[in-house]
Amino acid sequence: MTQVNINVHHLTRVEGHGNIVLNVKEGKIEELKWIVTESPRFFEVMMRDRHYEDVNHIASRICGICSISHSTVSLQATEKAFGVKPSEQTILLRKLLFNAELMESHILHVMFLAAPDFSVVGSVFPLINTHKDIVVMSLRLKRLAYNLAEALAGRKTHPLSCIVGGFAKLPQPAELEALRKRLEEAFIDLDAIVDLFKTLKIPDFKRETEYIALKDESEYAFIRGQIASSDTGLTPVENYLKVTNEFCVPQSTAKYTKNARDSYMVGALARFNINHNKLLTRAKAAAADLGLIAPNHNPFMITVAQLVEVIHSVEHSIQIIDRLLDKGLKDEPNTVNPKRGRGISAVEAPRGILFHDYTYGESGILKEANCVIPTNQNHNNIQKDFEALVPLILCQPEDEIRQTLEMLVRAYDPCISCSTHMLRIDFK
Amino acid sequence: MKPKVAFFDFTGCEGCQLDALNLEAEDLIDLLNGIDIVNFREVMTEKADNYDIAFVEGSITTEGEIERVKKIREQAKIVVALGACACIGGINCLKNHVPMEEALRIVYGKDAHYYNTIPARPADAVIKVDYYVRGCPPATSELVKVIKALLLNKKPDIPNYPVCVECKMAGNICVYEKGQTCLGPVIRAGCNAVCINSGRYCWGCRGLVDEPNIESQKDILTKYGLTAEQVIEKFKIYDTCSEVLK
Repeated sequence: MTQVNINVHHLTRVEGHGNIVLNVKEGKIEELKWIVTESPRFFEVMMRDRHYEDVNHIASRICGICSISHSTVSLQATEKAFGVKPSEQTILLRKLLFNAELMESHILHVMFLAAPDFSVVGSVFPLINTHKDIVVMSLRLKRLAYNLAEALAGRKTHPLSCIVGGFAKLPQPAELEALRKRLEEAFIDLDAIVDLFKTLKIPDFKRETEYIALKDESEYAFIRGQIASSDTGLTPVENYLKVTNEFCVPQSTAKYTKNARDSYMVGALARFNINHNKLLTRAKAAAADLGLIAPNHNPFMITVAQLVEVIHSVEHSIQIIDRLLDKGLKDEPNTVNPKRGRGISAVEAPRGILFHDYTYGESGILKEANCVIPTNQNHNNIQKDFEALVPLILCQPEDEIRQTLEMLVRAYDPCISCSTHMLRIDFK
Repeated sequence: MKPKVAFFDFTGCEGCQLDALNLEAEDLIDLLNGIDIVNFREVMTEKADNYDIAFVEGSITTEGEIERVKKIREQAKIVVALGACACIGGINCLKNHVPMEEALRIVYGKDAHYYNTIPARPADAVIKVDYYVRGCPPATSELVKVIKALLLNKKPDIPNYPVCVECKMAGNICVYEKGQTCLGPVIRAGCNAVCINSGRYCWGCRGLVDEPNIESQKDILTKYGLTAEQVIEKFKIYDTCSEVLK
């Protein structure tokens, strides 16, 4: 196409608000931008001067999809500041809760937000008529994840029972046993979804970039570990600012980041590229089945990596439940003595590595906060992918170009409503 | 004709909309037999400007959002505020306690001029709202109840008694007895005291009952040796409490 005029205002089937602009005149790209337009939310201001007991309650509300990630990373940052060491039981329960969130978030994205692109329909609703079995399976998996989170934290969106130092309420063994049975049954649905994905044509596009994820020697890391980069190796979480290097751009209410290259990627594909050898058996087999081989440089494969991670999280959840039931759940004493000081924590939210950095003053009152959100770390990478991809597809009709660009942004599963709070704060 | 239903998001976490999909498959399919969803940016590409019932989620925090929500009001026969941010202003109002220039400077530093924002406010500070689906997030069952009532042309039956009623029925020990504070005595029930059931306390996300018994809340604070000043910070979170604890 020698003339192209694409202006996607408020891209659909993503969380939050973003626009795509592409203008081509006489075969030359004049403007090509991924623009974030979310209203600024000022979370770091909102958490300031709050008592530590309420900080994770507020932090959770950064995002409706990954509230468990924000809540947990917030608790861990507070614990680091106060020198609180969570028990093994607390860590197991947190990992299980993370699996619930990952399953729900990934299934929502893979099956409801991204999948309609492959059937060239505008939403999941028409698929209820044409692919009812698959929609019912997906809803069943989502319900399982919700119920798992409910058993552990009272509810999935804005979890309640997780507190600094542990859990305010523990699940009943019978609940865990019932959930374990449903997790075993989930493999049937997941096998069917893998079979479906084997038939889908994923756009063929490659652009190698830097991949960043949390890495832990013992397992596929979600809540502990060090920052690992495919370019620069390991960095302790405390030095995260050396990796994120945020900067403001006029086109976006979100800050952008870069490390060794112009941009880097976080999220399911970055995790897979860094941690693939820690995947559990069924997940490894599914990856091979779906043609996902590390290192993979195709951003459209993020969706496939998410599906592989769902399978991993189901396997991992069964292992954790067995361990919890084996050891028996115990009410543990939980004494928290607030201290002045700084605490930094990182977790892998469904969309990638997430940092909270807190400084507490007297009496457990938060004085400074900095949150670096996964989607913001991807915005710059989306822009660079656009720049590499558009020249390759410029020969296509305008509608197809638009659709491919929308698909690319959606593959990143952007969670833009969080992204604007990835804001540096300096309380001077 | 099935009524046309639209979902619109303003400033917020979008958790309310996402929880709207948290239904058993059969229930979701049932619901979709009764309504025609014509606008739901978060999960669908199609959009229509013709709708009967509009759900608005999030607080209003920019001039652009004021214009947008006014247009929605003109278009829709019924406007429903969905979630704490739309119903009572919610958590976004916490930024209102810091002067706007300072908030911008704190967050964006020298780049503050890129951004525009106004103090956060609920939907009904800008337009007339017909119904409220309360909570942060609302229980999906309450959302379905409201939709069903609207389909039957009935007023949704939302409790106008405090959370304490449901909390007692759930068999919880009063959190004041555990040395914590709680807004349950003046906050509208309908959540089945989910926070207290989960080992926490009420933060007030559903807003006040119509005639809160403020004297009784003061008596409770006195009984447990607390003053309004001591707990006011704790309950600024949803912007519900300043009135009660004055």
